Amino acid sequence: MSTLSQPAALRQRRRGRRATGALAGWLYALPTALFVLGLFLIPLALVVQMSASDWPLLGGNQGWNLPQNYSDAVSNRFFWDSVGFTLKYTVLTTVILLALSLGLALLVQESTRWKGLLRTSFLVPSALGLASASLLFYVLYSPIAGPFAGLMKSWGFTFLGTPEGALWSTIFLIVWRYAGFYMLLMLVGLQGIPDDVYEAARIDGASRWQTFRTITLPLLRPTLALTTVLCVTGSLLAFEQFYILTKGGPDNSTITIVQLIYNVAFQGQNDLGIAGALSVIVLLALIVINVAQIRAFNRKAED
Amino acid sequence: MSLTRTGAARAAAADPARDDSTRAIVAPHHARRGGGPGRRKHPTTIAGIALRTPYWVLTAALALLFLYPLIWTAVSSVSPLAGTNQTDGWGFGNYITLANYQAGVWVYLFNSVFVSLLTVALTLGVSLLGGYAFARFRFPGKDLLFLATLAILMVPYATLLIPLYVLLNTVGLSNSLVGVSLVLAMFQLPFSMFMMRISFESIPREMDEAAMVDGCSSWTVLWRVLVPAVKPGLITVGLFAFLAAWNDFMAPLILINDSNRMTLPLAISNLRGQVQGVVDYGATEAGVVVLALPCILLFLILQRHYVRGFMSGAFKG
Repeated sequence: MSTLSQPAALRQRRRGRRATGALAGWLYALPTALFVLGLFLIPLALVVQMSASDWPLLGGNQGWNLPQNYSDAVSNRFFWDSVGFTLKYTVLTTVILLALSLGLALLVQESTRWKGLLRTSFLVPSALGLASASLLFYVLYSPIAGPFAGLMKSWGFTFLGTPEGALWSTIFLIVWRYAGFYMLLMLVGLQGIPDDVYEAARIDGASRWQTFRTITLPLLRPTLALTTVLCVTGSLLAFEQFYILTKGGPDNSTITIVQLIYNVAFQGQNDLGIAGALSVIVLLALIVINVAQIRAFNRKAED
Repeated sequence: MSLTRTGAARAAAADPARDDSTRAIVAPHHARRGGGPGRRKHPTTIAGIALRTPYWVLTAALALLFLYPLIWTAVSSVSPLAGTNQTDGWGFGNYITLANYQAGVWVYLFNSVFVSLLTVALTLGVSLLGGYAFARFRFPGKDLLFLATLAILMVPYATLLIPLYVLLNTVGLSNSLVGVSLVLAMFQLPFSMFMMRISFESIPREMDEAAMVDGCSSWTVLWRVLVPAVKPGLITVGLFAFLAAWNDFMAPLILINDSNRMTLPLAISNLRGQVQGVVDYGATEAGVVVLALPCILLFLILQRHYVRGFMSGAFKG
């Protein structure tokens, strides 16, 4: 009798424990849930509502203003310029950073003390904040106090004085700050390529370039995909480097999309509705671009 | 095999304290590998040295290129230069200007330290409890909550800061360092939750089950058994939260209006002034040194954790 009821009782006890387990689990996850809800999901909903409302910076929600915000956002006189500039900056930064960081990774992948030292020197800038790095380069590029001040005077140029100069000077700063970070990701990817593939290539008498093109690059595809997505997303959202180095200048030539959102919300226009509309556009565009990138990399992988 | 390669490698293996972490984590596999581009054995003959010289020159030049801006800034912050306060020889004039800037650098330093420590504390607390919940418990909505946490990564920072500005205003946290810390901790959650979840999952369940059988509650198990075991994960999470909070520019820029509550990066960027030509370059340099020094020191001390953090970041995608 008791032998028959025992499994049932055990099952019941286990069920009871699982129920308290669920309760305990929820209690441990509660702070996470509060953070995600209060500081992420609600603001996310709020930005959508904002984008559909007449919402001056001071004064709060003044009611719906639906198509107007979006048409105002798109017809802002800097909108298309900032889209164009941000895309140009993103393409240049991504191509240069990925090529350079892969090169650096190949240079230092072997394990010796000298290469460890090199890796550390390439990585040190990535410990700096983007704002600190931008301030550092602001002084470095200065025509008064920078190390190239004399050179600039005698050759008659400034780093940040022309639109092209400002763009390339900023790209140089970003490459300096992020090359080590991407190099590290590349090293992790290189580490995942099995040794015997290289061994086989060597036995077949493949040259270094052939090995790189037919083995390293294809097998590195997941890493290249990840770094591309990271780099593209980061560059599309560029703000600090331009805010500090160029303030959008010269001649409004370096206004990025995020800078435009900031300007619309807090500088002059003070319109959170239009800023919200711009934010929603950026959010949707980023999702589309990221999905497209992941699809493209996956399709290539299937070939 | 790697040990037989060079004397340097052998010395590094014999002296683990000097073995830097990048190598410790990233390199062993490469060292074992035979072929592949860029790794060919050079005999220690004159011809071998001649072959390696261009490589040494190239890499040394690259390393200098990366270190030069840092070294130049550190040196020129204490040396006489045009456009700086340092007119009469070497000294700390730039730092004194910085110290006396507006409310005084100590106020901004305090604000930065406060925001950084609070962000670290919040991030550690939430991700420790949350990581434990995600790794060890089953509860309704678990997968949804974890996905929502990771989704923070997909939403641009700037996009969220504007509604957060409005939201913090309505709950009375406008212009507040606590509000900034809450926001910064939220942005750290995807990485830190992911990190803590894998930290807990890498510990065998038998460890806490044994303690449970002995009558420990899950709370006691967490503190007595698991926290010591996930300490490396906690250090990584704390390091990243500190660096992110200490360096963050945009959240204080948008959420703080009161100049007495500005953090260091914001205050130093304001040194440049709004008008062209009144930039105090020397004080800016001093400020950059004050900003960068703790980060570089932490990086050098905790390099191993820094690299591990990047690597788990890499697997996330």
